[in-house]
Amino acid sequence: MNRREALFSLGTIAASLAVAPGLGAVELKGVPHDTQLSDDHMPQPAIRSGGFLVLSEAERRTLGALYDRLLPADEYGPSATEAGCLEFIDSQLAGHYGAGKALYLEGPIRPESELQLMGTAQFLASPLERYRSGLAALEAYAQRVDGQHLADLPAERIDALLGEMEAGRLDLGQAINSKGLFELLLQNVREGYLADPMYGGNRNMAGWKMIGFPGARYDYRPYIDRRGENLRLIPVSLIPAD
Amino acid sequence: MTYKRPKADAVIVGLGWAGSLMAEELTRAGLDVVVIERGPYEVTHRNFPPSVAADELRYGARREALRPPSVQTLTFRNHRSQTALPGRDLSNWVVGYSVGGAGKHWSANAWRFTPADFTMATRVKERYPHMQLPEGLIVQDWGVTYDELEPHYDRWEKIAGISGKAGVLNGALQPGGNPFEGSRSAEYPTPPLERSRWNDLFHATTEKMGLHPFPIPAGTLGAAYTNPLGINLAPCTYCGFCGFYGCGNWSKSSPNACVIPALMTRKNFTLLTECTVLKAEKAADGKTVTGVTFIDSDRNIGFQPADIVIFAAFQFDNVRLMLLSQIGTPYDPATRTGTIGRAYNFQTMSYGFLYFENEYMNPFISTGALATQVDDYNGDNFDHSDLGFIGGAGILALSDQATPMGMTDRVPAGTKLWGSEWKKAFQHSYQNYAKIQGQGTSYAHAESYLSLDPNYTDDNGQPLLRMTFEFNENDRRMARFVRDRIADICRQSGAKTWEAMAFPDQPFSPTRAYDSGHTIGGTAMGLDPATSALNRYQQSWDAHNLFVIGASSFPNNAGYNPTGTLSALTLWTAKAIINDYLRQPGLLTR
Repeated sequence: MNRREALFSLGTIAASLAVAPGLGAVELKGVPHDTQLSDDHMPQPAIRSGGFLVLSEAERRTLGALYDRLLPADEYGPSATEAGCLEFIDSQLAGHYGAGKALYLEGPIRPESELQLMGTAQFLASPLERYRSGLAALEAYAQRVDGQHLADLPAERIDALLGEMEAGRLDLGQAINSKGLFELLLQNVREGYLADPMYGGNRNMAGWKMIGFPGARYDYRPYIDRRGENLRLIPVSLIPAD
Repeated sequence: MTYKRPKADAVIVGLGWAGSLMAEELTRAGLDVVVIERGPYEVTHRNFPPSVAADELRYGARREALRPPSVQTLTFRNHRSQTALPGRDLSNWVVGYSVGGAGKHWSANAWRFTPADFTMATRVKERYPHMQLPEGLIVQDWGVTYDELEPHYDRWEKIAGISGKAGVLNGALQPGGNPFEGSRSAEYPTPPLERSRWNDLFHATTEKMGLHPFPIPAGTLGAAYTNPLGINLAPCTYCGFCGFYGCGNWSKSSPNACVIPALMTRKNFTLLTECTVLKAEKAADGKTVTGVTFIDSDRNIGFQPADIVIFAAFQFDNVRLMLLSQIGTPYDPATRTGTIGRAYNFQTMSYGFLYFENEYMNPFISTGALATQVDDYNGDNFDHSDLGFIGGAGILALSDQATPMGMTDRVPAGTKLWGSEWKKAFQHSYQNYAKIQGQGTSYAHAESYLSLDPNYTDDNGQPLLRMTFEFNENDRRMARFVRDRIADICRQSGAKTWEAMAFPDQPFSPTRAYDSGHTIGGTAMGLDPATSALNRYQQSWDAHNLFVIGASSFPNNAGYNPTGTLSALTLWTAKAIINDYLRQPGLLTR
């Protein structure tokens, strides 16, 4: 959160505190008596409008096809789209994450040494911009090379494209780092599969059930002595599942 | 717009562990203290109760408890011939961004350093007179000894309610503790945590090998406890939302839980939040500072005058504030002169990643500090005569990985990282994976240093700090030795497969998974103003009413987490200010 937002969020407690009049810093003296949850610390769940906020239908078709090869439906659990990963990423990209609010985006960028020094490729574009340009470039590639929409390609062909991206060998043009795009997609689809369901993914806690993670539980003292035992704990979310 | 605030006896920059402990001491001694904190006011019940904190996307993945790079980052290069580049996204640089500082989100490994860690230069001369250290390695005594710090370690442990088991109590060995530790004057205030399944396996394996396993000291409390400031703390519930999270339970030691509630009741304590200190102002005499200039949340510039100025920000920011305030001489690697930014050091990591079969590790039962450790290869606990390096590592079975997103890459090497193959492997690994961490010492080197970046600035237009760092040959040899000891343990552990690695085998980069966030030094304390920025009381040699407290003072890092030591050093400095400096302001080394 940036400074201005932090100031506004403090407004509610500032009313009950001694505040220096006029020009001056936010000054706290004495114990703040306010005990209610701070609004700006409440989680911001995915918006359940029934629609999507930023990704177009065409983008969702392309992305869904990619996500469902990264996390396909199988004996371990549902596919990424079945688990709500498109709803998850749309909500994420519509908010602070998509806008890159936490990122340092001042230039110049030096592509020739970023990877060597920083360990990963660096970008001046926000995640939303990277999704937009990346999905467009992949769709254009499929149409040019395969003559059809990426979403209509057979699973093996999409797997091959993802494998080429992962190895950094797929040429999507100067503007797109295909390995970086692959890493972004993989990171986000896993997040959608494993984040608290309030963020739109991990529907029915399927991701947590796959591995046996009990979710937002907060006290394991009754279980610590049961070392090495299959505890079969039912996962819980921060908000009730619908 | 600019304005000037009423003068304070002392102004402290930053309200993390160092700032809050210093404020507690100085206000109790009767001083009028103003603390200036960059982030907002945060307390458990308002900001991160259990109904909010248990959120891996928000705090584990997006790291909302940390200062985002958009506000301030730093630039990095391995060698001074390169152009440094800014860290743009998440990295291993984990800086706090609220009241509580990094003490809010830390993983609460609550160590003392060994006596030798403070006096390695003397120690090498005496014990290894023929050892050839690599050219450029910086090994110098701190000017303060373990025995001097012991009462302050004890005080901090009592404030924080640290859990653990003493290994050496008033010189006598204690069963169940760490036999290599410096002698303690008291047992830990709360009992050690229960062991995890992985802790148990490691304990049995290392004991069979003739090593000396013990539960590490943890700021995740072993029992309900009331600290000396009258604050009630709760027993840890092993919830696993620990490192990177604020604790919703009042059971992780933090400034927010252990110190700030008491501070806020004191009439001579004032807290300014959402104010970023830009620099200290030098007095006309050039020997003192007059206060600090800050930018507030309306982006007006304020000045806080004070008789004593204390930098208690994160290590990076302490060094940067010294450079921005132009106090002392910046380090120049070409001539190897100057002290501000010199003696930058780190934490040299080695790891074992193990994969068992048919286990239920139940990794979600976890705290940031739920670990069993052996110190047989740490510090100078073993003979280095023929090894060609100094230092070592604490080797520990750490049950701190509880939440799933952070474990998604923990599948055996060579496993495909997506598709059904990954889902199958991840399902298996989640209950069968374990890790051994070698948390190694770090010695500074003439070519690793901190300075101001000439190209990139923060959101206030001030230059970013620039880090020039690469692992040195001493630490590389040490890490390889530790890696091999970890491999010995892996081999005996019963794991089906495992891999052991020494991080200095690859060039350092700030985004490597599992690397440390313990960034250390840059304003080293010491006995000689030619090689230290601060004297043995963490007092600036160049401005006697300026004290710089934090891990920025360590000339070398031990094979332990830094918080316990920086807290003890803070209390040591507070005592010197109260008992000596106030009576006769001036250099305390007079």
